[in-house]
Amino acid sequence: MSATRRSPLLSVWLLLGYTFLYAPIVILIIFSFNESKLVTVWAGFSTKWYWELFQDRQMLTAAWLSLRLALMSATAAAALGVLAGLVMARFGRFRGHNLFAGMITAPLVMPEVITGLSMLLLFVSMEKVIGWPDGRGLLTLWIAHVTFCAAFVAVVITSRLREMDESIEEAAMDLGAPPFKVFTAITLPIIMPAVAAGWLLAFTLSLDDLVISSFVAGPGATTLPMKVFSSVRLGASPKINALATIVVLFVSLCAVGAGILMFRTERQRKFEIQAAMRDTD
Amino acid sequence: MHIINFDRAGGRSPAMGAPYESTRNNARIRGGRGFRAKKFDAITAVDNVDLNIKKGEVFALLGASGCGKTTLLRLLAGFEIPTDGQIVIDGEDMQSIQPYNRPVNMMFQSYALFPHMNVSKNIAFGLKQDRVPRAKIKQRVDELLELVHMKELFNRFPHQLSGGQRQRVALARSLAKSPKLLLLDEPMAALDKKLREQMQLEVVNIIESVGVTCVMVTHDQEEAMTMATRIGVMHDGKLLQTGTPHKVYEYPNCRRTAEFIGTVNTFSGTVIENSADHVIIDAPELNREIYVDHGISGSVGTDIWVAVRPEKMTIDTTPPSGEYNHARGVVEEIAYVGGLSIYHVKTQSGMIIRVTLANVDRLAEGRITWDDEVYLSWQPGAAVVLTW
Repeated sequence: MSATRRSPLLSVWLLLGYTFLYAPIVILIIFSFNESKLVTVWAGFSTKWYWELFQDRQMLTAAWLSLRLALMSATAAAALGVLAGLVMARFGRFRGHNLFAGMITAPLVMPEVITGLSMLLLFVSMEKVIGWPDGRGLLTLWIAHVTFCAAFVAVVITSRLREMDESIEEAAMDLGAPPFKVFTAITLPIIMPAVAAGWLLAFTLSLDDLVISSFVAGPGATTLPMKVFSSVRLGASPKINALATIVVLFVSLCAVGAGILMFRTERQRKFEIQAAMRDTD
Repeated sequence: MHIINFDRAGGRSPAMGAPYESTRNNARIRGGRGFRAKKFDAITAVDNVDLNIKKGEVFALLGASGCGKTTLLRLLAGFEIPTDGQIVIDGEDMQSIQPYNRPVNMMFQSYALFPHMNVSKNIAFGLKQDRVPRAKIKQRVDELLELVHMKELFNRFPHQLSGGQRQRVALARSLAKSPKLLLLDEPMAALDKKLREQMQLEVVNIIESVGVTCVMVTHDQEEAMTMATRIGVMHDGKLLQTGTPHKVYEYPNCRRTAEFIGTVNTFSGTVIENSADHVIIDAPELNREIYVDHGISGSVGTDIWVAVRPEKMTIDTTPPSGEYNHARGVVEEIAYVGGLSIYHVKTQSGMIIRVTLANVDRLAEGRITWDDEVYLSWQPGAAVVLTW
């Protein structure tokens, strides 16, 4: 171990920081097991809100819709994001490169209210002029989510492609692979981790989007965040705490699982590299 | 006009072990065809290059970074499109041929191995693109693994290999399709010095056993001289001189080549006597005249330079006899590098002349040392007259 002397104050600061970040979540989890109907008053341990949650058909429908929407949006956004990333990182400096790059990333900084409102206006006027999309529902939600999710994926993919050694692609072409084959056989497998990361990012963004969804959703299509928000407005129910606990549990399981997997492969890789260095030639 | 040219003698170069000697001896330069160069916006990266590569030779493009040698290589591979001129390989014009259809394979500076494929799959990649039957691919991959001594490591991934091993795989991969032309981009740049010297000879042996025509790019003159049968010295996108390593070193055709290949002492001077068998040059930096034992094309009164390699000078404490080719000075610096000692001698005119001496004896007693007054001299045949 290194002998750097750390001030004990540093640990205190660290602890305070983590408390600031995670105390609300911990309190939320604790209160999801509250017996009382009142969210803020503790009345003994109980799992009854979990049972109530699973009885709530509306909540379950909304959750199922959100899940489907997130899967579809993430997949479409990943495909579009990869294309946009390729154009930005591999097509050199074509005319309008900067404009394209700016416009791809604009949704990242655009206020959601504006995106949502403009989407709504677009859909309404399109329906008037060409009769499509017919009303608002899953389709309009999907289009809107893909629009802003693709921007995030494009950023992730672009940076991955920029740091990738371009001569690997040139080598494939040199060995007789036409451009499309180079993409499918070489580029895509190499950037796959970034595509997966972009997909996950898009998935979570779509899953918890409230503002844009509220604009473009129709009466028949209520996403989980919209449902939660509307029910909280009528008064916070401990049911929401239970739902939040399940979401937090699910997310942290995914994160921890992915972390362990990555740590293992990285350790294996380091070990192999060291082994290769030892039996050098 | 920008020109490169390829010799078109004989058929395509055969695969490993097959006879190639006959075509190799017959290969000769066929000039004439125009070529093209690459213009980066305002800068011309490769300018007016006219070059013939002979079948079966290892040709090294040598130059400082940014001289256009890599651009030239990428033009051959098809990654850059020339604005003017022509590239002909084995009689075939490459103008409209895409990189993936050219009979050219390249070994990249970074080796560019496919990180998600093992050694065998890396080598097989090119053959797969040509839809070679699976059994044939396997046979060819085994052959190549044998050739580069990587048989045991066939299922390793690139990150599990050391630098030298990666290079072997990259070489095998670029030889797999038996290209008519093999391109090596700074082949040793990623290796440390010891390994570099070993791999230089090994790579050359492999290339020669296969008999493939090879163009390599390097900024390391030792590497070029070790590996290549011919060298082309490039500067600012122009090809200054081509020739065997010996010729380029001993008979440079201009100051840049002389100074880039090895070290050299150049004295500026004026021709005062020029006849068929000798030239006498007045060199004000030496306070003495220089006698060179061959005639030159310039007339009396022309300003020229005389280049003398440091190892062709002798250093002594007693004044040499004879009227020409010596200089007097004081030892200012001695660099001992093991096998050699490099003396920096300052003449009265303030010029520093470098002289190298082989350290034949182990004891340094009685040697010339700092601040000694010494005399430098050289044979009439040791100097080269340069006109530009």
